[in-house]
Amino acid sequence: MARSIKDEVAIIGMGCTRFGERWDMGLEDLAIESVYEAYEDAGVGPDDIQGCWLATASAPLIGVGGTIAANALKFNNIPIIRNENWCASGHIALLEACMAVASGVYDIVLALGVEKLKDTGYPGLGTGRGMSPVLEARRTSPGSFGMIATRYFEQQGLSIEEGKALIGKIAVKNHDNGALAPRAHFHNKITLEQAVKAPIIAWPLGLFDCCGNSDGSACAIITTRELAKKFRPDPIYLKGFGIAMDAMLPHTRPNFDWIKFNSLMTSSKKAYDMAGIRNPREELSVAEVHDCFTITELAIYENFGFSRWGNAREDIDSGFFTRDGGLPVNIDGGLKCFGHPVGASGLRMTYEIYKQLQQKVDNPQRQVKNPRLGLSHTFGGPPQLSAVAVFGNEVG
Amino acid sequence: MAGIVSYGGYVPILRMERKIIASAWGRGATAGERSIANSDEDSITMAVEGAINCLNKMDRKEIDGLYFASTTSSYAEKMNAALIAAAVDLERNVLTMDFTNSLRSSTAALRAALDAIAGKSAKKVVVTAADTRTAYPKSDQEQLFGDGAGAVLVGDDDVVADYEGGFAVSNDMMDVWRNPEDQFIKQWEGRFVLGEGYTRNMKEAVSGLMKKYNVQPGTVSKVILPAPDDRTLKGLAKSLGFTDAQIQDSLLGNVGHCGAAHPLMMLSQALEEAVPGDLLILAAYGDGADALLFKTTDKVGENRSRRTMKSLVENKMMFTSYARFLSYKNIVEALPGEPFRLLPSATATWRENKTSTRLYASKCRACGTAAYPIQRICYNCRSKDNYEELRLSDRTGTVYTFTRDNLAGRSDDPVLIQTVAEFEGNIRFYGLMTDFVAEETAVGMKVEPTFRRLYEGAGFHNYFWKLRPIK
Repeated sequence: MARSIKDEVAIIGMGCTRFGERWDMGLEDLAIESVYEAYEDAGVGPDDIQGCWLATASAPLIGVGGTIAANALKFNNIPIIRNENWCASGHIALLEACMAVASGVYDIVLALGVEKLKDTGYPGLGTGRGMSPVLEARRTSPGSFGMIATRYFEQQGLSIEEGKALIGKIAVKNHDNGALAPRAHFHNKITLEQAVKAPIIAWPLGLFDCCGNSDGSACAIITTRELAKKFRPDPIYLKGFGIAMDAMLPHTRPNFDWIKFNSLMTSSKKAYDMAGIRNPREELSVAEVHDCFTITELAIYENFGFSRWGNAREDIDSGFFTRDGGLPVNIDGGLKCFGHPVGASGLRMTYEIYKQLQQKVDNPQRQVKNPRLGLSHTFGGPPQLSAVAVFGNEVG
Repeated sequence: MAGIVSYGGYVPILRMERKIIASAWGRGATAGERSIANSDEDSITMAVEGAINCLNKMDRKEIDGLYFASTTSSYAEKMNAALIAAAVDLERNVLTMDFTNSLRSSTAALRAALDAIAGKSAKKVVVTAADTRTAYPKSDQEQLFGDGAGAVLVGDDDVVADYEGGFAVSNDMMDVWRNPEDQFIKQWEGRFVLGEGYTRNMKEAVSGLMKKYNVQPGTVSKVILPAPDDRTLKGLAKSLGFTDAQIQDSLLGNVGHCGAAHPLMMLSQALEEAVPGDLLILAAYGDGADALLFKTTDKVGENRSRRTMKSLVENKMMFTSYARFLSYKNIVEALPGEPFRLLPSATATWRENKTSTRLYASKCRACGTAAYPIQRICYNCRSKDNYEELRLSDRTGTVYTFTRDNLAGRSDDPVLIQTVAEFEGNIRFYGLMTDFVAEETAVGMKVEPTFRRLYEGAGFHNYFWKLRPIK
């Protein structure tokens, strides 16, 4: 990238709805719930917002533009820029908003993610996830990620029982964390036996290897480093970011091994470089990564350098990524427990990092001690697109 | 001299014991099994299978025409043969024709092709016939019918059997018929159908042929007589002066009567079993009868098809649910699954013919990287529009990764195996598996492409290639 924007912008307020089956709340209601929390948190109002970056992926299916945000929130004739970028939509709205502030064009902007999956009439994201009615006629999200698990087990020489137990431990960990997160969709703890024996969704992935489908919204109010402290004593600074998209679907990419994802490796490296991180395993205090499926979280450990290649198993078995481990991952329960309202997820994960870095987590039982740097991440498509953001609570 | 250059058939892998159908109705069973088109198969896909089996790796540029025959064409108006010719990857300047509405449509197509060769208007024509007829639930035909395809390539060079001549009888009668609005086949009283219809007309055509070409019954190696049942077949053969040993196996016991495809399926099987110098008579019935006389050459022992009829008949997976049979045959509507989000587009389907219907990958001329679908910019070296095209439909691959997806299928066929396969030439292909035993799927398994019907949308059928385990 031509220029680092490390510490140039800061988040001064965030909001996040309760995630779940919000049958009585529409897209507009969900947006209002998260945005008014963020206004209060930042001490600003609608007239202060100079631009809005909106992420919403699937509902309503076409023609939404920025209408949801405009109609719901009654801004003062500002630009509303909507993006849809698979599961990374929320992060991309957030990072585009940060770049808009860093550019000097705007002082205070809003990044808003909102999604209403429970209006579709179907329990999953659906089949035919892609561009082509023949090539991707029946592609599903569990199916695409199931193929990562098949390949990982094969490459590591794991039996199906060993493989299922390995990823099952990630589900157990995230449910253990979600039980302590009031805004999560699911609060139930599960046993490894439950995880391993659950009904199969897309073999080898079972029910507890898959995240839920939820409604939700989260948002961030962003300003410059110079203005941030006028709003609050503890703004959270953007330290670095990376966004990368592979040039072909994993399904058809020549020689792809389904283990080393270029988009994951490139996006995390760019974020670490801008943030000045040399050893993420040691330097990050907490991370929220894209656990749409348990195998995805495992793949991210290795692609992000949290674990050495082939060493995720050792770190999972030693509890390295649990709340009390060396690097707590998905300490709020992750997508596993919040569900994955696509456009909202990246901002919801960033909300957890923001609160952790301020030491203001809504349940002190999941507050990490002396946090300094936190990472949030989403991984979109079949998968093909990765967006990483690193935040810190101090300049420098 | 015009004759048969190659031949091949196709039998869907699914078979059901007839007693399962019988017991669902508490009625008597016919012995044996019937074939059932899979939920992603229809007359077009089976005709493609038959034609590819027959052509094998033969250079497609040599083919001048493709004639398709069926009583159950996938489209009532639209050239079905044009779609089949594209999937088979024939050249643009071929003559395509649909022969429809009669069980004799395949022999009519075959005669037209042979006449085109004899008349020097074509050098090589492939005739492919497929049928998937629907009988009334509880009827005898529900058990007796099967689904399948047969194909022959005709030409005047390098033939395995010379065409000696033909004889035809036309006879209008209401014995077996189906109106345009009907799903099920109708028929008049059995004795009228078998006696005055089938037996009398077939006898007239075969005896007319033998008289015309001065053939004595004793000199015939095999008489190939698609028949409604084996008893009627034996009676007909006997009345023509043939012994049981001269009767070509009817395929009724373990496959079932496959409608317009049946004459070509039996012909393919007979040619597989023939020796040089054999005299073969093929006849087919339907409002009259066609009879054709062939004499095999010393090339008849060459195995030119990809798979033999024998192996296709033997390669089977048992289908045990009568409820699913009714659903596959569109007789009952099972619980709908999730709607498709990606509706096919006629323009996109047309534009992507090379990739989607003809199944071509690209190989970069600069660095050799190959990929499917066709990539205008090379994934590896970014050379632009600098590639050669490779047809994948006659290549094989191995499973690189897969998942057994329980939520993506139809409610009557719920498990889908999403598969990434590595094809010869280092080409990755992503598609659905078909004709599989779910528990047997494994990384490293050998697969081949097969043309199938994916789903309906935008008012037309959406066809694409799937992967089939190679047994």
